[in-house]
Amino acid sequence: MSSGIRTMDSGIRFDSVSVAYGKSVVLDSLDLTVEPGEVMALLGPSGSGKTTALRAVAGFVRPVSGRVFIGGRDVTALPPHRRGIGMVVQQYALFPHLRVEENVAFGLKARKTARADIPGRVADALEMTGMAAYAKRYPRELSGGQQQRVAIARALAIRPGVLLLDEPLSALDAQLRSGMLAELARLHRELPDVSILYVTHDQVEALTLADRIAVMDRARLRDCGTPQELYRAPRTAFTASFVGNANLLPVSVGVGSVSLGGAEVKVDTSGVAAGVSATLCVRPHLVGLGPGPNSLSGTVTEVQWRGATHRVLASVAGHSVKADVRELREPPALGSAVTLHFAPEDAVLLAAGVSDE
Amino acid sequence: MSRSAERLSDGDPVVSAAVEGREPALRDDCPQRTRQVPAFVWALPPLALLGLVFLYPLALVVRQSVRPDTGGTSLEPYADVFASASFREALGTTVWLAVGATVGCLVLGFALALVIAFVPFPGGKAVARFIDVFLSFPSFLITLALLFIYGTKGMANGLWTDATGTAGDGPFQFLTTPWGVLIAEITYFTPFVMRPLLAAFSQIDTAQLEVASSLGARPLRVVRKVILPEALPALAAGGSLVLVMCLNEFGIVLFTGAKDVTTLPMLVYSKAMLESDYPAACVVAVVNIAISVGLYGLYRVVSRRAGA
Repeated sequence: MSSGIRTMDSGIRFDSVSVAYGKSVVLDSLDLTVEPGEVMALLGPSGSGKTTALRAVAGFVRPVSGRVFIGGRDVTALPPHRRGIGMVVQQYALFPHLRVEENVAFGLKARKTARADIPGRVADALEMTGMAAYAKRYPRELSGGQQQRVAIARALAIRPGVLLLDEPLSALDAQLRSGMLAELARLHRELPDVSILYVTHDQVEALTLADRIAVMDRARLRDCGTPQELYRAPRTAFTASFVGNANLLPVSVGVGSVSLGGAEVKVDTSGVAAGVSATLCVRPHLVGLGPGPNSLSGTVTEVQWRGATHRVLASVAGHSVKADVRELREPPALGSAVTLHFAPEDAVLLAAGVSDE
Repeated sequence: MSRSAERLSDGDPVVSAAVEGREPALRDDCPQRTRQVPAFVWALPPLALLGLVFLYPLALVVRQSVRPDTGGTSLEPYADVFASASFREALGTTVWLAVGATVGCLVLGFALALVIAFVPFPGGKAVARFIDVFLSFPSFLITLALLFIYGTKGMANGLWTDATGTAGDGPFQFLTTPWGVLIAEITYFTPFVMRPLLAAFSQIDTAQLEVASSLGARPLRVVRKVILPEALPALAAGGSLVLVMCLNEFGIVLFTGAKDVTTLPMLVYSKAMLESDYPAACVVAVVNIAISVGLYGLYRVVSRRAGA
């Protein structure tokens, strides 16, 4: 397949990019580099500035300060049509008066691709997204998932070095979404040179697809790392709670152990000074019922049955602790005493100064 | 399976009982229904009113058009009018003015609506609202305003004569020519095109325009390839509306004071009021009505296809 041919530079760099509307700062000096061929997920709640960052790359918002680079070239002052990027948005934004093949050909014609090459490139892009059979249809004759495939084909047809995906799966239902997620992963394997900036508020999409995740909140970059790093060793409480579920418990730090409401808990305290207060982060699925290392005793406050698992919520020294355990034959009664445990290596200690963010 | 079958057989007597039970009620309904007034009766008063105040005079006009002054019923007035140079000239003037004004309105309206809809500028919303107000103005008001500015004794000519110190009239004498009528009509009718266009533009997903530009399309290409095709139904609807209204425009032509510009409505006026030639006036009126109704039919077809 000719898709391996790269015609445009890839890689994105934000150099302390700030965007503001009037006095409200929606993106606060973002520094971030997306390597050629890398999938970077911008993960954050709505209003975190992640979409603004993507729009700054596309050229739809002009930063008040900072520079945006694509493929090492400063594009901050370039209009959108001269940036050479592919873009896919949540609501597909297909041109309703054009057939599927004309939609895909739009970018090629706009970029003055040789007329003879267009049909082949369109066919390639439709082939790659599995939409070749629908070339003659109008967008309104397609389902949501099919429309999004066409939108992806349209973006890929111009062979961009940078692909911007703005919540591309949010408008699809859950089942279609997981199918498209696998599809996007396959497309990325077929296009190893393309840098992908993937904006999402869905941690599953970010964990599944991204090489690295940039966690954003309130206009700022809070954390950046591989999904494994962010999940296993989050640096901030915000990251811990936004990338996966987390128990966040206030503790006072000793030497080699911390104290949670009087109970001694063994964790790795390296990097955190003794005597200060900090936050202990443990993933709910790593908390078990019954005695073990680092036992905590508490009272059951709620039991939720979730099919394959039970979520047990217990009050431990006044703090709520979640435990996701394999489905129980006899779930504990509400108000009964319960012992929880977790392995020392499964807990992460977050310094208070960082977790306050 | 067996259970549901059982239930069905059990149900049979119940069903028939229910039908029996309902039958008297149905009989009760019957006399009530005959007492009810048929629906078409309600349509009679408005139809009668419409017939009296609108269709009857219209019929009179059509009848008058086939009653020459010499008496009897004949198509002679039609033959006379169609043969007269003044009618042919008026028909030609009417059509080219209407078509010209429509084209002008479409071009100007599209450009202005584009700016209002897609170029954010302070006061943009106020301008869009003003368009609505403008639609309610009488057409002669615009002409009057143009007279104040470009009329023989208007501001523009006044400024010119003051500045140059020359005596006599200034250089702006176009208002009494067909071009004056054309400009006045374009000025007045452009908002009629902008209204549906603005509605159509508000339906266009801005993400489409952004994606188009990210794919490498310059602004002009985005307008041509994305906005224009999606606005075509609105352009067609607005354009045909303006065409019909221009064909029938009377106030603007009268107020510009363009004596040489005779359109069909002006011809009706002069035949009926100045020459007292009622059959001829009615013939011209019938022709005008036929053109309007024909174009209105076209407008309906176009706007229905547009889903408006």
